[in-house]
Amino acid sequence: MSDNIYKPYLMEIENIIEETSDVKTFRLKFKNTDEAGRFAFKAGQFGEYSVFGEGESTFCIASAPTRKEYIECTFRKAGRVTNALAKLEIGDTVGFRGPYGNTFPIDEWEGKNLLYIAGGIALPPMRCVIWNTLDLRDRYNDITIIYGARTVGDLVYKHELKDWEERPDVKLITTVDPGGQTPDWKGEIGFVPTVLEKVAPSSANAIAILCGPPIMIKFTMPVLKKLGFQDKDIFTTLENRMKCGFGKCGRCNVGKVFVCKDGPVFTYEQIVAMPEEY
Amino acid sequence: METTKKLIRKKSLEKLYAALSMSRKVYAPVVADDNRVEYKYNPEFSAITFDHIQSTLSVKNLVFPKVENLIYFTNHKTESSVTEVDVSRIPEVVLWGAHPCDAAAYDVLRSIFCWDTKDQFFSKRLEKLTVIGLACHQSDDYCFCTSVGLAPDSAKGSDILLSRLKSGDYQAEILTEKGNAVAGLSPGLFEAMPDEGVLTADVKARFDYREVTKKLTGAFKHPFWVANSLRCIGCGACAYVCPTCACFDIQDETRGLNGRRYRSWDSCGFGLFTLHTSGHNPREVQSQRWRQRIMHKFSYMPDRNESLGCVGCGRCSRGCPVDMNIAEQLTALQTI
Repeated sequence: MSDNIYKPYLMEIENIIEETSDVKTFRLKFKNTDEAGRFAFKAGQFGEYSVFGEGESTFCIASAPTRKEYIECTFRKAGRVTNALAKLEIGDTVGFRGPYGNTFPIDEWEGKNLLYIAGGIALPPMRCVIWNTLDLRDRYNDITIIYGARTVGDLVYKHELKDWEERPDVKLITTVDPGGQTPDWKGEIGFVPTVLEKVAPSSANAIAILCGPPIMIKFTMPVLKKLGFQDKDIFTTLENRMKCGFGKCGRCNVGKVFVCKDGPVFTYEQIVAMPEEY
Repeated sequence: METTKKLIRKKSLEKLYAALSMSRKVYAPVVADDNRVEYKYNPEFSAITFDHIQSTLSVKNLVFPKVENLIYFTNHKTESSVTEVDVSRIPEVVLWGAHPCDAAAYDVLRSIFCWDTKDQFFSKRLEKLTVIGLACHQSDDYCFCTSVGLAPDSAKGSDILLSRLKSGDYQAEILTEKGNAVAGLSPGLFEAMPDEGVLTADVKARFDYREVTKKLTGAFKHPFWVANSLRCIGCGACAYVCPTCACFDIQDETRGLNGRRYRSWDSCGFGLFTLHTSGHNPREVQSQRWRQRIMHKFSYMPDRNESLGCVGCGRCSRGCPVDMNIAEQLTALQTI
């Protein structure tokens, strides 16, 4: 075992899914089976993914820890590394370091109703915990997922949305922004906060998990409050630029809080106590 | 280990230096052509200065080089591979004549690099480093070690601390096993210490760092940050010369299929430092970045790393092209 905390695992791309025109999901398998056997993570954690020669990029592990044979990540082509990642093919090698960060406290959620609310490319950081709780389905009460994107084309995990829609033990509501619908669209039309207000899930014995662009969070929070959710029962993830992943490189801190060590999972109660630096 | 105080004569220092240079790399301060003081590997003993107030750059590069290779790789599609950097090849180094602020800075760096997870590159370099400190017998207006809990004769971080005597000879305080090993190379050079006082610079305390830390807790939104950073041009010189600034970048560099991943010094003063790919930047203006610099050193680090991120060397103020003076600002912060 290497003492080098910067040394990545070598991963083989086992499968690639084109989620949208600029979003892809990779299924990654450890090239070294010993490393695969030792590797363990929990829902909410993230890693540093690299294309050798281009650099590293930070994103969550999007697959569930209950599925041990592989990890998955979903990314949008945006910067240098993600553009290079997007050019890779099945069988190619990428680097991966991790897991880093804290986790969703899913053990504490046992017996509760879970309300997942995600917008756009923010479903991937939530997909891990969604699948984790679905794979342990009998531990939780009602599970509701509200997922919105700008257009139908921007919805990620379309194949899974179909599965979730068909499952009797999941209530899935999908929505697209007005004008983003196609003629055959059967979901909701409207912004996530409006749809949440309409669906109006009860806050009794419930936990809300919210991930999305800042503008969506800003307008969804008041609706959650109106529904009676307490700050301590609302979870979200923060994302700040990172290089190391273990509290040394100096980038991701929000005040004295390191997103990479203390996060990325925070309750809204913790977020309101932070300075606005995220 | 019990520390001992010995006398070492000026002329014996040259012999000690020669003995050390036989077996190790020795990093010592010399006066460069433009009168700036810089540290060099194995300079002639006659070129070494014992009278400098401060070198332009700190000596953090001995444990945290400007550029450090983290891995080597070959990028070849399905057959890419990673090769380790061999840290066993990191050489033994003796740092000769480090002032107490610089010696103390190694502990501060350790509190970052070995916090939570241990950074093997830093740890190995520190393990191979022996510090022969040199207490300050003079200072300038930029020095403020006594305001941050240190002193011109602090022994913290040194393995041997040399202090000048009136006679021009030195007191050698042997502080650690590493220091003992160095002294053991030429035991005959260390004599019994006479009852003679050492020369120590008089550095007046200008503020109390504990008061600053207390004040910073509620100061995030204070207008102080904007008012006191208007001049800042975000050049990053302060971080570059700072002995405790440890923020770094990680980048890849390739030639053909082969390459390296390295880390390099970075600065929270740069606008790109925290810029997200989306274009969003949590610290988008200079005042937020200046606040981060002060907060990190005087509030977040005491809280998270149990260390203060400043040793009072004054380099950032000496080197600032727009004359921002950190000691003045910290003094002002006490009373906001």
